[in-house]
Amino acid sequence: MTDGAGARRWDRAGIGLLLLAALAFPLVFTNAAITTYAIFTLMWVAIASAWNILSGFSGYVSLGHAAFYGIGGYALALMAESWHLTTGGYATFAYIPLAGFIAAVFALPIGWIALRTRKHSFVVITIAFIFLLQLLAFNLQGITAGSTGLPLPTPPWTGAFFNVPFYYATLVLAVAAVGVAAWVRRSKFGLGLLAIRDDEDRALGFGVPTGVYKLAAFVLSAFFIGMAGALDGYFSSYVYPQFAFNPQTDITMAAMSFFGGLGSVAGPIVGAVVLEPVQQLLSVNYADLALVVFGLVLLAVIVFLPAGVVPTLSAWARQRAARSAPTGETGAPAEALAPIRGVGESS
Amino acid sequence: MSFILYAIMIGILDGGIYALMACGLTLVFGVMEVINVAQGSLVILGAYMSYVLASTLHLNLYLGLLITMPATFLLGMAIEWAFLRRLRVDRIALSILVTYGVSLAIEGGLGMIFGDTYVALPAPSGTFTLFGYATPDIKLYVFLMACAFLAGLYVLLYRTTFGAALRATVQNRTAAQLIGINVERISTLTFALGAALAAAGGMAFGATRSFHPGSAEDLISRLLVIIVLGGFGSLGGALVGALLFLVVEDMVSVLISPIWGPVVFFAGLILILLVRPQGLFGQLEARRQ
Repeated sequence: MTDGAGARRWDRAGIGLLLLAALAFPLVFTNAAITTYAIFTLMWVAIASAWNILSGFSGYVSLGHAAFYGIGGYALALMAESWHLTTGGYATFAYIPLAGFIAAVFALPIGWIALRTRKHSFVVITIAFIFLLQLLAFNLQGITAGSTGLPLPTPPWTGAFFNVPFYYATLVLAVAAVGVAAWVRRSKFGLGLLAIRDDEDRALGFGVPTGVYKLAAFVLSAFFIGMAGALDGYFSSYVYPQFAFNPQTDITMAAMSFFGGLGSVAGPIVGAVVLEPVQQLLSVNYADLALVVFGLVLLAVIVFLPAGVVPTLSAWARQRAARSAPTGETGAPAEALAPIRGVGESS
Repeated sequence: MSFILYAIMIGILDGGIYALMACGLTLVFGVMEVINVAQGSLVILGAYMSYVLASTLHLNLYLGLLITMPATFLLGMAIEWAFLRRLRVDRIALSILVTYGVSLAIEGGLGMIFGDTYVALPAPSGTFTLFGYATPDIKLYVFLMACAFLAGLYVLLYRTTFGAALRATVQNRTAAQLIGINVERISTLTFALGAALAAAGGMAFGATRSFHPGSAEDLISRLLVIIVLGGFGSLGGALVGALLFLVVEDMVSVLISPIWGPVVFFAGLILILLVRPQGLFGQLEARRQ
């Protein structure tokens, strides 16, 4: 993750090593408690990276994408119900992209409505959507069975092996989400989203199809988050309204992206890898303390590292490089932060 | 027929309390462009402070406000000074996360001290008859109290120099600064005022229903919907939004089923924003830039 002067090859090698380590992880750590942590961490890597495609790149902070997490979980449960899939297996994983697709289909009208509003109204509208969908999951008892929840196919695996298929499925999802986020970041589409974040009206003036780009980013992130919801539902073999449509999920994905560095590809990964184990560890035994710690971490990060861990560290590394080779660019921090953070603030 | 009238009246009585809680939120947004997600937790914190004062010192609920409101006022000043003032970039997004962090810390702290069981403030148990239905006196009293606070807020905003400076800051922060208004001080005081109003709202909330630390989440979603419906930064909008929200919710609860009350409201918000993205009384956001 050395973002510094032209270390592209090192980046590639680092990514390769990370992937190898991730692939080998369940072979080394066979303890189910540890692989469970790893599964949830990877799941959050996928979720935070997907959230970052919309909210990090375009600046439209959505606090409602947990709705698609819930829709994904319920979609898989309802598919299992209507197609009589009571016992799961490797084939069940094939339905997960379909669940993500259903979440994306829901995201189309929701995004179209929500994106009619600008920044702060948008935030609140997305909050309204998560609560609306949670209430619907509670109330539409004919479809969702209300607060009793819905069962998902029971996985056939037992013992320590139980987690292994889930680990690799989640790894595939996380790699796909990060890969797509990295692709978006480098594409014309991603450039358009960054332009929207900096100054939407000007971006429109320059011919960026802002409406289409925003909606595409909204739907794309909903697709991955829907798959994560379906995978989580399958892993825990039940979906309930209050856990599937959980406002806390929204804040967690936002907090992870902000922690690591909003709008960078590596940021959400770092955020998820650091914060998710902490959250898991604390919330099992000390739910109230976990809230306090999570809140304080959030406050500390925003006050001391307002740009997030990754951009701050890479700016610091660049500064060091510049100091050892004085011909290079100086004043790196401001330079490194400006393109990553919105410059629209000055308006 | 009378039960519909009763539902409307109850909606108005509850709406007054929500208006009190929401006006702090909308003022803070108007002055600072900060969405204070901690408002719900501040309300519940105020309710717990009233609870402690009433159950240990047996202090009258209204007299207790003389302690809880200054305390949350100072807390609000501290929060603004410690966290919000430091936000220079991405104010809207970061302010949500900062205040959410504050909210989590408050909610978790309350949970550690009081546990997750529901409590209610010791309210006098008298009732009066409203369209043939017995209604607790306390609902009327806290409604009148909320009206008194809102009237006081009106006087503060429209009849004092501080109010004029605050409204100038809402209209145009830069211009207000140019004519010599200390907008940082206005921001601190506004945030503190919002927190103090939240404590008053918390007493009213806790006196009319039971609550627990997690009530903050349900509350903040409703308050946010109210101020979006009314239009960000619009005080009148917050009042109308609060009354409309609770009257509609109570009507639907009575006519259809209690479980559909909140749904109709969230759905209504989405429909209204389709027609008026700026809310009922808000200005178009493009104009703010």
